Amino acid sequence: MKKLVGLRGDSRLLWTALALFVILFVDRLISPTFFDIRMVNDRLVGSLINILDNSAPYALLAIGMTLVIATKGIDLSVGAVMAICAAVAVVLIKNYEAGATEIYYQPGVVILITIAIGAICGLWNGILIAFLDLQPIIATLILMVAGRGVAQMITGGQSPTFTNESLAFVGRGVVGGVPFPIFIAIGVLIIAILVVRRTALGLLIESVGINDRASYYAGIQARAIKLFVYMVSGMCAAVAGMIVAGEVKSADPHTAGLFSGLDAILAVVIGGTALSGGRFNLVLSVMGVLIIQSLLAGLYVSTLHPTTNLVVKAVVVLAVLLLQSPEFRRFITQPFRRAA
Amino acid sequence: MRSRFLPLLMTFLVFAALYLIAYSRFSSFGSMRVIGNLLRDNAYWGIAAVGMTFVIISGGIDLSVGSLIAFTGVFCALMIDRNGWHPLAAFAVMLLIGTSFGAIMGVFIHYFKIPAFIATLSGLFLARGMAYVLSTDSIRIDHPFYEQVSDLVYIFPDRGRFTFAAGAFLVVLVGGILLAHFTRFGRNVYALGGNPDAAHLLGVPVARTTVGVYALSSFLTTLAGIVLSLSKHSGDSTIAVGLELDVIAAVVIGGTLLTGGVGYVIGTFIAVMPLGTIQTYLTLDGSLTPWWIKIVVGVLLFAFVGLQKLLSSRHAIFGLGRRSAAASP
Repeated sequence: MKKLVGLRGDSRLLWTALALFVILFVDRLISPTFFDIRMVNDRLVGSLINILDNSAPYALLAIGMTLVIATKGIDLSVGAVMAICAAVAVVLIKNYEAGATEIYYQPGVVILITIAIGAICGLWNGILIAFLDLQPIIATLILMVAGRGVAQMITGGQSPTFTNESLAFVGRGVVGGVPFPIFIAIGVLIIAILVVRRTALGLLIESVGINDRASYYAGIQARAIKLFVYMVSGMCAAVAGMIVAGEVKSADPHTAGLFSGLDAILAVVIGGTALSGGRFNLVLSVMGVLIIQSLLAGLYVSTLHPTTNLVVKAVVVLAVLLLQSPEFRRFITQPFRRAA
Repeated sequence: MRSRFLPLLMTFLVFAALYLIAYSRFSSFGSMRVIGNLLRDNAYWGIAAVGMTFVIISGGIDLSVGSLIAFTGVFCALMIDRNGWHPLAAFAVMLLIGTSFGAIMGVFIHYFKIPAFIATLSGLFLARGMAYVLSTDSIRIDHPFYEQVSDLVYIFPDRGRFTFAAGAFLVVLVGGILLAHFTRFGRNVYALGGNPDAAHLLGVPVARTTVGVYALSSFLTTLAGIVLSLSKHSGDSTIAVGLELDVIAAVVIGGTLLTGGVGYVIGTFIAVMPLGTIQTYLTLDGSLTPWWIKIVVGVLLFAFVGLQKLLSSRHAIFGLGRRSAAASP
């Protein structure tokens, strides 16, 4: 174990993995069938698959959010961006269903347009933060407030439904028995890791997060880096929005992605990326998402009343955070050290 | 000095302009009735905003505001309506619970180095969760004491009503200003927000101040919940969702820097009022659909912070000035 810690030079991987395994173990104690996976109608069914499936949109948000937080930023707007993108995709696809033949109503193009809209939302955030020099929490709060209004305007306050299978596939498709969103999340994670770790980009992001002024003087395009991370966050939110819309074949501008941003931030922090910027780890952030979703899955199978969900979530999340806090571990182990 | 007061002045000017526009459309904006209602309707979140101002000046943030207000309402309603407590007893116990809640968050933030954003986000989930556990229904409060408080009202000649809530808001506001600028605690909060390490070296009791700031914020938030309970005569676990973000927006519009160390309690008051004015105006106007209200609020938030930036930053935006804006933190 020590070797593993030393190997990574970072005990966070250990603590985060430990937290995930403990929660899964408790889930297994609550429900003896928790780890069972069966094949029903060519689709794998089981709590573990559900955890992965439910985690997919949050994992996407967390990937974008990790990069944003690594630059010392924060993106509160992802939930609103999800709602906007889901609304755009569904409104466009409804035109296609109504028989419109224009190229921008074709399902494949609709998906690309939606991702582009997400990128534009991210660009807006990025411009406010990198060029107008606004504090990220306020800059993204603007889109968080206005964005939900924009989403409602796009759908006219309704929650339109659609039947197109191509768009629905993003959220509820099955490939080889495994829900398609899982593939999207893993694919994006791999691409993101390759891009930030096989190029200098990850290093530049961390450098901007640690000290953007020094980075700028060292010749790093600090503004371009910030624009980039917010655009990535926006695009991730767009795909997450399509997954959520595809799952229910509908776009609800009022509740889609509500508080998803806070959950994504929580996952990133559980994954050990500091809100003060700098060092980040995408895999740990996704593991943070899995921790939250495993916890929720455990609550669903438990006999606890649903009203206690938030309390249990808060307590467990705090426990995980305390477990990771070196100060807390020292505080706990102090009496034993004195005895020895 | 000039640049420190400019955001405050800007907010005040925008508020004045907004109010004049509203007045030109609806002359009732000149009456004490609208002013009294503005104070009354914004009292509860204005009280919470005063607490948030201290937290943000100290360099922190408190996301638990909306949830704690909901919990306060449900707790008081439950104790008074179901358990037959006297409202004052319920309020006292609730203020104690709320203050301890904030102090515990402060302990987590200072001693265990959990980021304020995350510690108070857990507080958000916990308080909202406890409100749900207590009751998911809206509980009505029928108690003579509530009627007595409702009758505590000064009526202006034009039938404008200066209510208990408005009075509580103004008392908290004045208290907040005194605490911020004329006490040792206030000085410590500013020092802590300016530079925690320097503050520690200068002998500022960092631990006590941090815990105190979050305890104060939660105390005022609980008070806000009590004021809301008194004016709504009910407790509901689903109210004030996301209110903390409105409160943070108001504090920032009021010229307090999220990086800490700079800000004025009075600025928060000046910022709470225009946001309230907009809501009142849009309600009176009635032609705007709900989504336009959200978009207008977003645009105004942008206009406020954009204008503040434009006028108060020493370097011009878009890097046209001598010093580069990109490199500033």
